[in-house]
Amino acid sequence: MSEAVSALNGARYEGIAQIADAGPVGMITLRGTFEDEAFGDTLSIVAGLALPGERRLSANGDRSLLWMSPDELLLICSYYEAPRLTEQLAEALADTHALVLNVSDARAMFTLTGVLSREVLAKLSPTDVAPDAFAEGDVRRTHLGQVAAGFWMEADGTIRIVCFRSVAQYMFDLLCTVAVPGSEVGYF
Amino acid sequence: MSTRLATGGRLTDRGTQIEFSFNGKRLKGHPGDTLASALLANDQMLVGRSFKYHRPRGIVASGPEEPNALVGLGTGARFEPNQRTTTTELFDGLTATSQNHWPSLEFDVGVVNNYVWRFLTAGFYYKMFIHPRPFWKHIYEPFIRQTAGLGKAPETEARDADTYEHFHVHVDVLVVGGGVAGLQAAKAAAEQGTSVMVIEQTAHWGGRAPVDGGTIDGQSPENWVNETVQSLANQENVTLRSRTMAAGVFDHGYVVAYERVADHAPGSEGPRHRLWRIRARQIVTATGAIERPLSFAGNDIPGVMLASAVRDYVVNWGVSVGDRTVVVTNNDDAYRTAITMKNAGLTVPAILDARPAGGGALMAEARALGIRVETGRGIAKVKGGKRVTGVVMCDQAGEGAMLEEIACDAVAMSGGWSPVVHLWSHCGGKLIWDDAQAFFRPDPDRAPTGQDGAPMVVTAGSASGAMNLKTVLQDSDMAGKTALKRVGGRPADSAAPLVDTQDEAALEPVWLMPQGARYALRGKAWLDYQNDVKVSDVQLAACEGYESVEHTKRYTTLGMASDQGKLSNINGLAVLSDALGEPIPQVGTTTFRPPYTPISLGAIAGEARGKVFQPIRRTPMHAWHEAQGAKWEPVGHWRRPYCYPKAGETAEAAVHREVRAVRNSVGMLDASTLGKIIVKGPDAGRFLDMLYTNMMSTLKPGKCRYGLMCTENGFLTDDGVVARIDEDTFLCHTTTGGADRIHAHMEDWLQCEWWYWQVYTANVTEQYAQIAVVGPKARKVLEKLGGMDVSKETLPFMEWKDGTLGGFPVRIYRISFSGELSYEIAVPANMGQALWDKLFEAGREFDVTPYGTEGLHVLRAEKGFIMIGDETDGTVIPQDLGLNWAISKKKEDFLGKRAQERSHMADPNRWKLVGLETLDGSVLPDGSYAVAEGVNANGQRNTQGRVTSTYYSPTLNRGIAMGLVHRGPDRMGEVIEFNTVEGATIKAKIVSPVFYDPEGEKQNV
Repeated sequence: MSEAVSALNGARYEGIAQIADAGPVGMITLRGTFEDEAFGDTLSIVAGLALPGERRLSANGDRSLLWMSPDELLLICSYYEAPRLTEQLAEALADTHALVLNVSDARAMFTLTGVLSREVLAKLSPTDVAPDAFAEGDVRRTHLGQVAAGFWMEADGTIRIVCFRSVAQYMFDLLCTVAVPGSEVGYF
Repeated sequence: MSTRLATGGRLTDRGTQIEFSFNGKRLKGHPGDTLASALLANDQMLVGRSFKYHRPRGIVASGPEEPNALVGLGTGARFEPNQRTTTTELFDGLTATSQNHWPSLEFDVGVVNNYVWRFLTAGFYYKMFIHPRPFWKHIYEPFIRQTAGLGKAPETEARDADTYEHFHVHVDVLVVGGGVAGLQAAKAAAEQGTSVMVIEQTAHWGGRAPVDGGTIDGQSPENWVNETVQSLANQENVTLRSRTMAAGVFDHGYVVAYERVADHAPGSEGPRHRLWRIRARQIVTATGAIERPLSFAGNDIPGVMLASAVRDYVVNWGVSVGDRTVVVTNNDDAYRTAITMKNAGLTVPAILDARPAGGGALMAEARALGIRVETGRGIAKVKGGKRVTGVVMCDQAGEGAMLEEIACDAVAMSGGWSPVVHLWSHCGGKLIWDDAQAFFRPDPDRAPTGQDGAPMVVTAGSASGAMNLKTVLQDSDMAGKTALKRVGGRPADSAAPLVDTQDEAALEPVWLMPQGARYALRGKAWLDYQNDVKVSDVQLAACEGYESVEHTKRYTTLGMASDQGKLSNINGLAVLSDALGEPIPQVGTTTFRPPYTPISLGAIAGEARGKVFQPIRRTPMHAWHEAQGAKWEPVGHWRRPYCYPKAGETAEAAVHREVRAVRNSVGMLDASTLGKIIVKGPDAGRFLDMLYTNMMSTLKPGKCRYGLMCTENGFLTDDGVVARIDEDTFLCHTTTGGADRIHAHMEDWLQCEWWYWQVYTANVTEQYAQIAVVGPKARKVLEKLGGMDVSKETLPFMEWKDGTLGGFPVRIYRISFSGELSYEIAVPANMGQALWDKLFEAGREFDVTPYGTEGLHVLRAEKGFIMIGDETDGTVIPQDLGLNWAISKKKEDFLGKRAQERSHMADPNRWKLVGLETLDGSVLPDGSYAVAEGVNANGQRNTQGRVTSTYYSPTLNRGIAMGLVHRGPDRMGEVIEFNTVEGATIKAKIVSPVFYDPEGEKQNV
């Protein structure tokens, strides 16, 4: 297989927080009936991941499962295992009404680290990112600047941001613009 | 003369000197000064010329209500007009220029207007400049624009040197105003860990309490403020933000606040302004009150100021407006100014108190200091031109006969106070007229309400109408506790701080001074300084029949422009109410709209400028196109190559070359932007049968079908090829601009109408890079990559196959939008560029040519293929375009079916699609109309059709066009005429829209 290249190919920036292109990442969209026990069981057996609570994620090693809507999940895994895992899940869910799609290439992912990460988010997103409202394991689907985006916080405090691939450059420029040195707010 | 006093100035750092310039004059000030205080310290009483009469104007106020002292601030990339000197913090190197005068501030020829004021009354412009009609546009307007107006716009080529940003926060309680009321409210609300944010528009906490005196809990207000701020700052749940003004209150507790981060330190790192977008569960408005001027003749002469401002300048900045200050008032508060002046060693020749009985304890104190107090007196007129030289004292009850002329340098006036009710009113809070105190105040029973119908704003302190320190603190303590209760907290069982302050005698409303002032006096008694509106103007408007305060505002301009009548509104509507003979509450107020004071456009735009002004969507091959020098075309937010001109080649020539290459050999197109939506589920076929006009459920897996989508009103909204992936799964291609819209359209119907159908959709547009390899040599190129059988037998027209092409996991569609042999190859986006490179390399021996959207358009037009947005415009149904073959007659229903059967839709007289061939081979102008006999009711030429697509066809070497023509398909061979901008018409023959390969042999090889 040919080498896959993420939209921004590893771009980085350091301002009041650190922003980095996360490179190619595996992402699988899942739609199904959460109330159906078989759906959750399949995810657990095939992917080793538990159904997350509302606006939460569940993690297991390098994989995590993110709540996207009452009938949609996003599975994060390694880029190279995504096609195979998509097939396995689709096969296991073949008898139920469900949708499994590899969307790894449709997105761009960025990591946001540093103590002022929350400020960078608050400059762009209307969601409440105060520590008591947004903590480890929380997932938000919202917008950053003028484009749709999702972000979540991992166990080590790293924030991951996903957006559509076509606006990767805009997202990176946007994050860098609001993270310029001297723009600390001192709020959180 | 205004000057710096030897001592005093609690906000200034007297030990440090900084320099600034005003109209090129170098002046000195101190850190902590406002530009206004520094100008006064340098005896710069005259700071601008008035809007209409070009009268000399000076500083009136000490805060955001200032109407006159607006300047152009900064230079070049940092120039900004209409900046308020009273809210501009002085910094070293500040450059200010005065506005609205020519040739100079001291000598302004526009002042001639001042001498013809009798003719420049309210409505003058409306009455004078309406005839003759054409004169307005060509003569009057350009002239008026040049002479009227305040500041000048920045230079055309100047670009703002600063950056701006937004910041979103969610808090339980937002307290607006950092005076003693706001601080006490915050203190009361911040119990129990509620999140509280306090914002203050100035750089200092405490508001005007430190100037006005009294004691709080046995301390001076200043000490109490310092202690309270310190203790709030120590609380983790409290955020304090100075230099931050609440600009507006909106639905759902949404507040926009404007932080002036670096106005006082231009050029420093970081943003200049920050726009706070705050979601608050409760809002406490502790916005204080604004003092009202008195309306007497000459009340606009530099040196006439609000009484509170006069003492602010002494106490806060150590600046006296004049050695001799006459105080004129209708209330007790202004006595504080007289006492302050006297204690600062200055002279108060007289206090003219309009109330016959005078005031209370403060009057006694003033008299004890030896100040002359005249009760029942007012000012008939102020003497002076560019500065005050004296006042003419008269009886308030009379018509203005002179009793005595009193020499002075300044006049401190007070007509009472008005609570700042703006924020309360922005989102629907109602006001009541308080007769005793003569002001509108918030009606606590009719607060702005949130989504739950419960109040979301509570006022505190003077903003509630509490006018002395004691009631201010009691009211704000209660306000804080109310807010806390409303967010679910339990307020502490504590009492408001103990306050010691002087009792004040009641005010007496004075709307005109003297009450019987003659016309000549009324014509010089200003209500609105910024717009040059006088008492006589409002009275004239009432005489002319203006009854509504909103209409009077527009007619007279009272309360318009950048100060929005902060000083003038109440006085103006009191004059109006008197002229109409109606009580003030009946006349009402004009509408309070955000922003409270003007905020910068930069702050509103935030980070959205330059490269992040708007998102540009890029395909995986964007960089390649850019490197090839592609000429871009915006398609939605996407940038698509329009064509790829070679060095020295025009865009037109490039398009012709690209089209010929596709027809004769092979071309490559980046088709990644086309929408791709997965539709899956047991009901997917049924769902698509409803969405498309033709039958999709009968499509076999592995096959493709072109489909049309209509709105429920029957109009064609999108088209594209549907591929059936498996029994349950379809992939729907949409137009580039239609991807998000059609996905939303699908979800709308699924979620709202057919929610019980088992269908999932997903927009996978960006998962794939899609590359079209098009032309007679296309197959050869793919074969060179190898890995897949792409022969006609294995992969025939309108089918698709998954496989590995040249090592890439691909899905190949045999679909064609050009009429040529064509493969559209979808590959995971991250490999798009690599596959493109490989195909390009393989195509080199066939001289493979990348082509852009214009080439694509020409190719499809030669084939008579329609384009959504060209042949459709929201009023066109598929039947108009001769697409009846794609409309199922078997299906019981689909979106648009019923609408298309309605009489106007089925009318044979509709304009229908045909091809158009000019007789002379020229290209018809885009958007040209086919003319018909006669003219319509408006005298316009009748029409019988219009051009929808028109191009030069490099294949046919002539102009080709498509158009909608009245009964077009029935009129084949007929010659009709199309108009041109130049006036002549062009003859064109009605022909089939398929100009090239009508049998479709070339795409099916």
